Amino acid sequence: MRRPVYAEPGDRIESTKPVTVSRYRGFIRANHWITAITLILLLISGLAFFHPSLYFLTGLFGGGQNARWLHPVIGVVLFVSFMVMFIQLWRLNLPTPDDRAWLSQIGDVVKGNEENLPELGKYNAGQKFIFWGMTILIVVLIVSGVMIWEQFFGELVTIPTRRWAVLTHSLAAVAIILVFILHVYAAFWTRGTLRAMTRGTVTGGWAYRHHRKWLRELAGRRTRGPAE
Amino acid sequence: MTETAPQPRTAASNPPVQPIGSNLLPSDVVRISATKDVPQPERQLTKVAKLIDVSKCIGCKACQSACIEWNDTKPEVEENVGVYENPHDLTPNMFTLMRFTEWVNPETDNLEWLIRKDGCMHCEDPGCLKACPAPGAIVQYSNGIVDFIHENCIGCGYCVTGCPFDIPRISKVDHKSYKCTLCSDRVAVGQGPACAKACPTEAIVFGTKEDMIAHANDRVEDLKSRGYANAGIYDPPGVGGTHVFYVLHHADKPAIYDGLPDNPRISPVVEGWKGVTKTAGLAVMGVAAVGAAIHGIFARANKVDAHEEQEAEKLVQSGGSDDRGAV
Repeated sequence: MRRPVYAEPGDRIESTKPVTVSRYRGFIRANHWITAITLILLLISGLAFFHPSLYFLTGLFGGGQNARWLHPVIGVVLFVSFMVMFIQLWRLNLPTPDDRAWLSQIGDVVKGNEENLPELGKYNAGQKFIFWGMTILIVVLIVSGVMIWEQFFGELVTIPTRRWAVLTHSLAAVAIILVFILHVYAAFWTRGTLRAMTRGTVTGGWAYRHHRKWLRELAGRRTRGPAE
Repeated sequence: MTETAPQPRTAASNPPVQPIGSNLLPSDVVRISATKDVPQPERQLTKVAKLIDVSKCIGCKACQSACIEWNDTKPEVEENVGVYENPHDLTPNMFTLMRFTEWVNPETDNLEWLIRKDGCMHCEDPGCLKACPAPGAIVQYSNGIVDFIHENCIGCGYCVTGCPFDIPRISKVDHKSYKCTLCSDRVAVGQGPACAKACPTEAIVFGTKEDMIAHANDRVEDLKSRGYANAGIYDPPGVGGTHVFYVLHHADKPAIYDGLPDNPRISPVVEGWKGVTKTAGLAVMGVAAVGAAIHGIFARANKVDAHEEQEAEKLVQSGGSDDRGAV
C-alpha cells in the first residue's frame, strides 16, 4: 500500500532538539523573492496607470515614459519566475479531501483553534487558494497584458478586443492585489511562517500545529531512511 | 506683441504681418486627462468646427500636403500597392488621410468614388481623453479643440483604446501619441487649419460651429435638390457632436465611406474600465490593505506554543507513528 505523499523530496528534518524542518531550499526561496519583488514593482507601476491619484508613483521609476516601458518587461520576468515556482509547487497544491473539512471549519481557522482542524499536508486549502489564484490571475494578466503592450504588440489585436483586454487586465490586477494582501497577511498572522521563505526552515512546533501530516511523513522518512 | 489674435471665423483669411499674441491659452482648457476638478475658464471661446463636404472633394490630397508642411512631419515613402491611399493608413507623421472607396450604388447601379478625409474628429466627449492615464497629456479647449500635450504623453496607447474612430498613432521613435491638432497653433493666432486653407474646392471649410452647421444645411439642401435624397450631416450625437464633421451624400450609410462608424460613442467597455472599475477597484484594494494592516497589529496572532514544540519532538522521535487519535 502506498502512502499519499505530503512532502517534497527535498523537505527534511534538520535537527531534533529542538526540531527544525527544512521547508524551502535556496533556489525556490531566491526565486520566490524575485516573484515578490517583481509583483510589488508591477503593483506600484500598474496602480499609477490605474488611478490618476496614484500617478505620482511613476516618479519611482523615473517618470511616466519609463514606467510605461518597464511595467510589461517586469511582467515577463514575473511570469517566467512564477512559472518556475509553479512547476515546483503544483503537485502538493492539488486539492485533497482534507481541504473540504478545513474549509467547512473556516471559523476555527480564523479563530486560531487549529486543534479542531484535520491534520494537513504541506499546504492547507487557504494556501492552495492563493497558489491557484495567483496562477490563474498571472496567466490572465500576461495574456491581456501582451494584447495591450503598445510598444511591441500594438497591432496584435483589434481595438474592440483591446478594450476588453485592458478592462480584464485592470480587474485581474485588482484581484491579484487582494490575493497578494491575503498572502502577506496570512504569512504575518501565522507566526513562524516568514522564516520558511527567509531561512528556509520552520520549527517543529509550527509544523506540528499547521502541517502535521507533512511533519509526520518527514519523521517517518527519517527513521526508515532512504532506500539504500 | 500688444494685440491678441482674434478668434478665427474662416480659414480663408491671411495672417497679419505684425506680431500677435496667442488667443488659445492654458486658461482656456476645459478638460484635462487624468485630472478632475479642472478650474473652469472665465471666458468661453466661440466653438469652432471644420466641415468636410465629401461631395465636393476631388481627392487631390492638397490637405495632406498642407498638413505635412505645416506640422513639419515626414511620412515615410511607401510602396504603391495599387490603391490611392497614400500613405496606406494614418501614421504618427500623417495626421489626415484621404480614404478612397469604390462603391456601387445598388439603386442606380452606378460606380461611385467616395473620398473621405479621415483624421481626428475633435469629439465634444473625447474617448482618448477619458482613457488617458497621464495627467495633462490630453486637453480640450473651450472652443472644442482636443489637443495632445506631448511632453506629458507616456506612450501607453490607452488613447487608441478609448478613441471611437481609430485615430491616434503612437510613434515608434519617441513613443508619444500623435493626431490632428485642428491646427491649434494656427487657430491660436486667428488662422484656420492648414488643410482647410489649402483645399482648392472648399470641400474643407472652417469657422464657428454655428456658421458651419448653417453652411452644411445649405449644402445638404443643394445635394437633395440634385437627387441625393439621403444627403445629410454627420455630427454624431453619441460623442456629443464633433468639431470636425461631414456632409455626406449618403448620410443614411456612413459605413460605406471606408467604415465611418454608424453611431460612434465611447465604448461601454472603456466607460466601465474608467468608471466603476477604477473607483470601486481602488476602494476595495484600499479597504483590504488598511484592514489587513489594522487587523495584523491588533488581532491575536496565530502562535505556536511550547507544548506543540514538545509534541513535535515526540512525534519526530517516534518516527511519525504516534497514536494519532491522542490529543
